Amino acid sequence: MNEFGERLARYQGEIITSILETGAMLGWSLLAAVLIGLPVGTGMYLSRRGGPKERGWLYAGLNGFVNVVRSVPFLLFVVALIPFTRWAVGTSFGTTAAAVPLSFVAVALYARWAEQTLVEVPQATVELADSLGASTSQLVTRFLYPEARSGLVLSLTTVTISMISYSTIMGVVGGGGVGDFAIRYGYQRYEYDIMYVTIAVIVVIVMLIQAFGTRLSMALDHRSR
Amino acid sequence: MIEFDQVNKTFTQRSATGRGKSVHALHDISLSIDEAEIFGVVGESGSGKSTLLRLINALEAPTSGVVRVNGVDLAALRPAEKRLQRRRIGMIFQQFNLLANKTVAANVALPLSLHRRRGMPGSNSRASTEATGRGSAETSGRGAAATSGRGAPRERALEMLDFVNMGAHAAKHPAQLSGGEKQRVAIARALVNEPDILLCDEPTSSLDSQHTDEVMATLLRVRQEMDTSIVVVSHELEVIRGACDRAAILESGRLTGVVDIAAPEARERFNSYSERARRYLEGGQQ
Ligand SMILES: Nc1ncnc2c1ncn2[C@@H]1O[C@H](COP(=O)(O)OP(=O)(O)O)[C@@H](O)[C@H]1O
Ligand SMILES: [Mg+2]
Repeated sequence: MNEFGERLARYQGEIITSILETGAMLGWSLLAAVLIGLPVGTGMYLSRRGGPKERGWLYAGLNGFVNVVRSVPFLLFVVALIPFTRWAVGTSFGTTAAAVPLSFVAVALYARWAEQTLVEVPQATVELADSLGASTSQLVTRFLYPEARSGLVLSLTTVTISMISYSTIMGVVGGGGVGDFAIRYGYQRYEYDIMYVTIAVIVVIVMLIQAFGTRLSMALDHRSR
Repeated sequence: MIEFDQVNKTFTQRSATGRGKSVHALHDISLSIDEAEIFGVVGESGSGKSTLLRLINALEAPTSGVVRVNGVDLAALRPAEKRLQRRRIGMIFQQFNLLANKTVAANVALPLSLHRRRGMPGSNSRASTEATGRGSAETSGRGAAATSGRGAPRERALEMLDFVNMGAHAAKHPAQLSGGEKQRVAIARALVNEPDILLCDEPTSSLDSQHTDEVMATLLRVRQEMDTSIVVVSHELEVIRGACDRAAILESGRLTGVVDIAAPEARERFNSYSERARRYLEGGQQ
């Protein structure tokens, strides 16, 4: 136990670094999810068959992108994306490079969630916006997002947690992060106790994120009360 | 002034199995609705009432024929002009269509914020009439409640809430209100832009009789104090008879007649639930 404590103290710096790396990968991919995934999901909602701005070609394009990104096995996707990653951030190795494929996945996941969440908004809300002479952008920002906001927060929470899971394999391109730390010490150096501690840290982080997301979502939801 | 001139409306319903089938929602409708009139439209479910109403604010376009509002042929308007037209026509719905995540006051202020942001003509008519000495016909024709609304959107919203006797509920969310209260909030929202026309699609069909009376009394006050033309669509004959001057009867999309409503006590009959209940229970005319 004493010996374990000593090792833990010795790795402290490395653990903190790996948490920061995970934070950076999550931060970039969630930023992409909100800035790109939400508009893509909104576009799918609007352009889908029977949607407020039906456009078959647009829906087919966005939907195809989301399906492709989501269906390629992630490890293959990371490798296949390397040329693009190198072009986009100048390198295919390291935390920033790891953020690129993660961002693609986050965009695709959140786009799908956002689409589904918006579909749940009652048709009456669209009817109201139409009757008030709202433009399409007003429909989205003044009517749909406010009514869907608790679902949008909840689904972003789900995406965040998925991204933690995806980020654990980013060691393959030198992305680092807590997952990589756990694999290196547990799998490669047989320091299982360190690995279990790291896993426990990840579990706690996931639980905190979920609790925060659930709370925020409930606070934003006035549909019954 | 609303005119329908030989209006037909056909929908093509897309079935899951492929080819669309046509539904003739309205056949050869001609009628005109006067200013400051409360006009009813009765008919069974599926008879085309909602479609007729939605033609008035250009949410639907006629398949043939012309719909004119204040002399303007709606089909000739470009999309942006149609949106502008809609902002001058209030609408309320059977299910109230309040935004659940906004407070009552924010719901009522919503149409104002759409206007301001776009800077559309008519959006700040209040400010401009003030600047020109308030001499326009629009201003002079209106009651105090409507014309005094010059302040910020929130003040204006509170004023409208007072008009529908919902001022005390401004900070609540819709889920905390009864159906009748929700509908009165919806009326406040529909009126916040001072529309010339108020369209009501089954406004009382999900309310019990007491709340129906409250809502209809509010509509009568709207007409009296704001000179708004009101079109009320309902399958409830009693509601139409109690509030309207005239009513069109629709059957399977055809207009089978427009009747003058003879209900001498129409004005006071919704004033109080107990009054009405007593009269009814003592054997008076329902
Ligand atoms: N958007 C639409 N697409 C296809 N059919 C429609 C549409 N709106 C209405 N209809 C059809 O038109 C007819 C009249 O509908 P509606 O005006 O809603 O009647 P009401 O309001 O009297 O119940 C119905 O047969 C209905 O199914
Ligand atoms: Mg209807």
